[in-house]
Amino acid sequence: MTLRTASGRDWASHPPLNYPPYRSTALRAPTKPLIPIARSLSETTGPIYGDESVGPLDNDLTRNGRRNGEPLGERIIVTGRVVDELGRPIRHSLVEVWQANAAGRYVHKVDQHDAPLDPNFLGGGRCVTDEDGIYRFYTIKPGAYPWGNHPNAWRPNHIHFSLLGPSIASRLVTQMYFPGDPLLTLDPIYLGVPAEARERLVSTFSIDVTEPGFALGYVFDIVLRGGRETPFER
Amino acid sequence: MVTKQTPSQTVGPYFAYGLTAQQYHYPNGQIADGTLADDKMPGRVRIIGRVLDGDGQPIPDAMVEIWQADSDGRYGWAGARGFGRQGTGTDAESRFIFDTVKPGSIGGGQAPHLTVILFMRGLLTHLYTRIYFSDDAEANRADPVLAAVPADRRHSLVARREETANGIVYHFDIHMQGEGETVFFDF
Repeated sequence: MTLRTASGRDWASHPPLNYPPYRSTALRAPTKPLIPIARSLSETTGPIYGDESVGPLDNDLTRNGRRNGEPLGERIIVTGRVVDELGRPIRHSLVEVWQANAAGRYVHKVDQHDAPLDPNFLGGGRCVTDEDGIYRFYTIKPGAYPWGNHPNAWRPNHIHFSLLGPSIASRLVTQMYFPGDPLLTLDPIYLGVPAEARERLVSTFSIDVTEPGFALGYVFDIVLRGGRETPFER
Repeated sequence: MVTKQTPSQTVGPYFAYGLTAQQYHYPNGQIADGTLADDKMPGRVRIIGRVLDGDGQPIPDAMVEIWQADSDGRYGWAGARGFGRQGTGTDAESRFIFDTVKPGSIGGGQAPHLTVILFMRGLLTHLYTRIYFSDDAEANRADPVLAAVPADRRHSLVARREETANGIVYHFDIHMQGEGETVFFDF
């Protein structure tokens, strides 16, 4: 007996491929339905990148791009727990992040937004979850920035996340947003997520994570697909 | 406790210095690139392809990841681990290029194949496809995954083998739309 569809991709949680308000989907979304296949080793295995794949400053974006001083902007801590669909921690698993600087400018060469680069901020980092599935970064709160999707379009403040998880099936690339951002309800990338699932992308402010006199704390927990197949296995 | 999956979001146009920094000549590191097998590895092959949009234009800001077994069909091999990652923004023709070994069959009647994970601006949730090989025609005919694909679309999953002066090259273009639209999987 093959695995049932439990722990497949939950399409009630993920954005559709074709979402007209996000104009770039028009020529890039497949027009034919995805073809369902049974999971085999090709889908249930995946690369492992553990502690050996991160350097000492990789999880501190306030330090890993310094040239002649500290980066400008509001220092923050971003932390959270990575779990599967049964709430079990995803241990020793790679989390990669990238983001704009405090002015809303990416280091990326194609970013033409007329906002200053920060010579002391790169905006990229990575870390590995611990024994409890917890990751933690120091960074600068990213700024909002305009984009060309529609007139007067602005992306809300966000941090990009990339997670490998235990298998190819658990792979996830997503974006973390900040609580109370007025741009969220205008952003087609955020609004592409089904309404009931959107708030899972919004971090929460935490005074407990906040370090006195140093940095505000935000919590962003992440649920990777997986775990639910176990009870259904043959 | 059952919890719900965190929604996917697009990788966006600016992933290069986060996920593929060295390839794009940024100062920070990256975990994986296009070299899964160096030139000392016996049986090394090159896989070259493009990602084409609905107008047939090459997409210069896609990111392609591959996951594969070794030449004996085993996952989790040492060294490059069988995982590769390439952005399409550093090649003049917007190609991705992987140097690797051709995987062996993993069993279960499956023909040799690589798993592909595809990300890009304009793609809110990543896509999965597979690369099979044109010189495995017989094994491909018996493959249970290819059998689930309508016969007239199977060719979109098969890389074309070419013998060049520099070794064996497999060509595999990914068509997001149109005639020959690539098959994408859900599992």
